Amino acid sequence: MGGKILLANIDIPGIRGFDVYRANGGYVSVEKALREMTPAQVGAEVTRSGLRGRGGAGFPTGLKWSFLDRKSDKPRYLVCNADESEPGTFKDRYLMHHLPHLLIEGLIISSYALGVNTCYIYIRGEFKYLVGILEKAIKEAHLNGFLGNRLLGTDFSLNIFAHPGAGAYICGEETALLESLEGKRGNPRIKPPFPAFKGLYGCPTVVNNVETLATVAPIISMGGEAYSKMGKGKSTGTKLISACGNINNPGVYEIELGLPVEEFIYAPEYCGGIANDKYLKAVIPGGSSVPILPADLILNTSKGERRLISYESLAEGDFETGSMLGSGGFIVYDEDACIVRNTWNLTHFYRHESCGQCSPCREGTGWMEKILYRIEHGKGRMQDIDLLVRVAKNIEGHTICPLGDAAAWPVASAIRHFRKEFEYHVEHPEEVKDIHHGSLKIETRSLMPESQTGIKYW
Amino acid sequence: MEYDNKINHPQFIRNGKPVAFTPEVMKTVQTLIGRYPEGQQKSALLPILHIAQEELGGYLSVDIMDYVASLLGIQPIEVYEVATFYSMFYLDKMGKYVIEVCRTGPCAISGGDKIMEHLQEVLEIKPGETTHDGVFSLKEVECLGSCGTGPVMQVNTEFYEKLTPAKVDHLIEELREFATKDKPRDTKWVEKFC
Ligand SMILES: Cc1cc2nc3c(=O)[nH]c(=O)nc-3n(C[C@H](O)[C@H](O)[C@H](O)COP(=O)(O)O)c2cc1C
Ligand code: SF4
Ligand code: FES
Repeated sequence: MGGKILLANIDIPGIRGFDVYRANGGYVSVEKALREMTPAQVGAEVTRSGLRGRGGAGFPTGLKWSFLDRKSDKPRYLVCNADESEPGTFKDRYLMHHLPHLLIEGLIISSYALGVNTCYIYIRGEFKYLVGILEKAIKEAHLNGFLGNRLLGTDFSLNIFAHPGAGAYICGEETALLESLEGKRGNPRIKPPFPAFKGLYGCPTVVNNVETLATVAPIISMGGEAYSKMGKGKSTGTKLISACGNINNPGVYEIELGLPVEEFIYAPEYCGGIANDKYLKAVIPGGSSVPILPADLILNTSKGERRLISYESLAEGDFETGSMLGSGGFIVYDEDACIVRNTWNLTHFYRHESCGQCSPCREGTGWMEKILYRIEHGKGRMQDIDLLVRVAKNIEGHTICPLGDAAAWPVASAIRHFRKEFEYHVEHPEEVKDIHHGSLKIETRSLMPESQTGIKYW
Repeated sequence: MEYDNKINHPQFIRNGKPVAFTPEVMKTVQTLIGRYPEGQQKSALLPILHIAQEELGGYLSVDIMDYVASLLGIQPIEVYEVATFYSMFYLDKMGKYVIEVCRTGPCAISGGDKIMEHLQEVLEIKPGETTHDGVFSLKEVECLGSCGTGPVMQVNTEFYEKLTPAKVDHLIEELREFATKDKPRDTKWVEKFC
């Protein structure tokens, strides 16, 4: 299992502490960047690597950095997005828990490249214990001369602080995060202006995900060119995928982008197949906000090609028959999962987490939840299904931040691919009255035994 | 620090006792304030509210919020609007142990709803309620970022994962016993910041 760069050292006992981390090649990339490279060269190396944002949107990191307003005489900030609240996503927590120094290493190099002297790690409040782990690691880095004034004898100075949130999914959205970091409610800002010009305290700011920033360290060690050779096409390098749901081995896996989805689901070194020998029914491949795909479409694209875990392949077929890589929260559903119930559950989440600024999102998520609840509990009407599609359409694209879209896509895609199940709920109210009902065993094209795909890896 | 002089402001007295952090806690609070640029002390609001909630009685009453406002030199309303926005801040008295069960998709399909039902039976309360003895509060929360080890719950921000009804029973028993002791069960917020 080659190709691990982030988690390569994760099994070394004590790797969370500075000494062991350093003894295993830690902070060498910081020395290389600060001693041998100019900030511009570091930025160029990141651009060359093809690294794309791991927080969800997949925006090229080098390009994002190049937008930072360097003409302004205000201080610049780097903010690390460790809000990780997207259902199905738990990779950043894993990374910070086991390898806090890897993140700090990435933060130092990134700050150097961006000309930043203060960096905040915004951690979701529920990860209180991680605040302690990170603060300890920051202190160790300070004591060893990797943080503070005039690092390694250069004239570059840097402080990093951990900052806890307090329970709000919306604070993962970068402008809401900045508001929250300023001590306010997490209401997303209207863009433009973008954070690159007016971010934290109105100063030029870069917001990046934990995994994105941690990856900068190995990129500098191995060189952007070498990193870009890993992966497939424009999806370079490796990605952490957090896999959960009805699989044998839930957990966080570092994969080289371009791994076939089928191998990821069934190979023993990854998910290890569907739990209890059931069939695969559906997958949400990138955190709950991206469209759900039925088994046949997650394993193969509509063109009949094998679906790979990469930005391009997962999006193949757009929203008709595709989905997105998103944050890498891979949620697997077996044949017993009730799609209607699951859609209602997720809509409840978005209704609860909407900040309430825009009416399409605030009202729309509420309506969708109510209608879905009705259908799920055997009180739905046939026209409700199209009503849902209409409400979802009216949210999508009409809001300040993408949470509106994130709420609309799961509903629209569930109906697109599992309409029969919604209809069945309406037609058989008696059968679905029990809230613990499982799958209705109706024929959907999604129940696809692995043998039908004709590919074997394991 | 310039904020010191306001600590014992007469406005913040509850049940005859001043509402104020101890000097040790105050030290951490001031370190936290110092982490943000001049004029941006308000940034320290969330971390300080976490500390205030834990140190001053388990929830944020109006006088505690007023006290925090005075520490940061901001208007009380600026604290109220924040305290009401974030789900980890409690505005009413809570039980000693606040049990927060994840209800979101991945946990639900791995049995989260059964854990919630079980807890309701064991504690004889519904989500949003507190037991008569004031030991437990039960809450339903959204994804805790632990979906691979569901079902998951947090008790005062400590994680409990891969839950089964038996594990829950065991924990409740342990907590009931611990509730009679004075010392807190998990590390406090103030101790997390170096
Ligand atoms: C509702 C919403 C929630 C988000 N939550 C997170 C999150 O928890 N963590 C994260 O890194 N990015 C999250 N994002 C994406 C951020 O806005 C931002 O794009 C990202 O942090 C940029 O970092 P990257 O370029 O390194 O991916 C969220 C976006 C939205 C719209
Ligand atoms: S889309 Fe929703 S969450 Fe985003 S700003 Fe509007 S109301 Fe708030
Ligand atoms: S769904 Fe329960 S922790 Fe994520």
